[in-house]
Amino acid sequence: MELITPDFGLIFWQILVFGILFFLLAKFAWKPIIQSLHEREESIDQAIKLSEETKKEMAELKAGNEQLLVSARADRDALIKQAKEAADAMISQAKLDAQTAANQEIEKARVAFEQEKVAAVASIRKEAASLSLDLAEKVLKSQLKDKAAQEKLVSEWIADVTLK
Amino acid sequence: MSGKSIFKKVYFSNIILGLFISLFSFSAWANEPAAAEAAEHAPQQEEKFDAGKMILHHIADEHEWHFFTIGHFHATLPLPCIVYTESAGLQVFSSANFKNEHHEEVPYQGLKLEHGKIHAENGETVYDISITKNVASLLLSAVLLLSIFIGIGKTYKENPHRAPKGIQSLFEPIIIFVRDEIAKNNIGEKHYRRFMPYLLTVFFFIWFNNMLGLIPGGANVTGNIAVTAVLAIIAFFVTNLNGKATYWTHVFAMPGVPKWMLFIMTPVEIVGVFMKPFSLMVRLFANMTAGHIILLSLVSLIFIFENAALGIAVVPFSLFMNVIELIVAFIQAFIFTMLVSTYIGSAIEEHHH
Repeated sequence: MELITPDFGLIFWQILVFGILFFLLAKFAWKPIIQSLHEREESIDQAIKLSEETKKEMAELKAGNEQLLVSARADRDALIKQAKEAADAMISQAKLDAQTAANQEIEKARVAFEQEKVAAVASIRKEAASLSLDLAEKVLKSQLKDKAAQEKLVSEWIADVTLK
Repeated sequence: MSGKSIFKKVYFSNIILGLFISLFSFSAWANEPAAAEAAEHAPQQEEKFDAGKMILHHIADEHEWHFFTIGHFHATLPLPCIVYTESAGLQVFSSANFKNEHHEEVPYQGLKLEHGKIHAENGETVYDISITKNVASLLLSAVLLLSIFIGIGKTYKENPHRAPKGIQSLFEPIIIFVRDEIAKNNIGEKHYRRFMPYLLTVFFFIWFNNMLGLIPGGANVTGNIAVTAVLAIIAFFVTNLNGKATYWTHVFAMPGVPKWMLFIMTPVEIVGVFMKPFSLMVRLFANMTAGHIILLSLVSLIFIFENAALGIAVVPFSLFMNVIELIVAFIQAFIFTMLVSTYIGSAIEEHHH
């Protein structure tokens, strides 16, 4: 029975000691401990969060860079294609122009040649006519030098005429 | 946290506690007939070892700190007696005055020491606030707690963002355990910080005193009903002074219960309000006292049978029990704090349904 009868003195001391203990520990131990545990956890939390955010940003940046690169590549390709097309068009245009210019030249030359040829043929004909006339004249002149010959010829012609 | 899980937790821990208590109380109860028998035979044989008397003497409080006795040499530390009587007023003297040179109890200044209690010879009421063995141990534990935790507190204040080192790293996990597993889980994220100083003080006070009690020659502070009663009364006030409207409606007018049932429910709930701290008081007292009784009983076996060979069996078993007691010292501190925080949690909980 003595065991379960609370002792007055011990109750008194327990209240006193526990009270003082609580007051001193709460003020000088638990407050700074809990406060700094809290702060430390906060700072660790923040550091982790910050690093995660940075990682995310880095990833975003990387993705952005890649996108930029891809679009730049596409731009370049498009530009090259355009330039090539323009060049091709220019070359083909130039070819076409050259062809037409050459064709015109050829045509002109042909026309001129044709004219030259006609003129040459005409002049050759004229020459040949006058030459043959000259020749005929010379032949006639030489054959009709003597009178006898002339008369013979006239007589032949007259004979011919008469016979008819 | 929902009420259902609180009940589940309390229920579960009560089962464990019930097992613990019944285990220990059985051993204590089993020991009683032996003690009674030994007491019966005591007058016939002066030399006969009385285990019951020895055990009760060890777990009870006393006015001097008795370490050991070899033959007629008593290694005791006399402690100051502080006594108030109406006729003599406040008296402070050494407890050694109650013993003569033959180590027999003698009266001193009209006061006599009987069965560890100071009585006045003229029969008037004595207010005894002596520094007894338990009070001395209490003060020792307080000095220990203050020097350790104020020291740690300083280290935290000086470099709050550093990793803990030394003794700080020994206690930090325990402090975090009390905070996260006990306070946050049972009281809730919103209010737990307010109760942390109280819960930490209770936890470390009980743990340190439990541990000090296990040192051979140590006092049985937490196995004393006065100490656990004060702890329970403080828990009662902390719980009920923080009780919110929801808590009181649950006590006096349990919602969702037929009106006529309240005639039964309300008295039960009111008893419950007082029973909770009462169970805290008994649980800690019974566990620590029973643990001491078991250890002392085991050692007493050697002396009862007057056979040193029995030591081969008893020593390993009492070593085993001692290790169990070291665990129990922690578990009891944990359970006390845990239950107080569930009581606080249920008291401050709002908008329950």
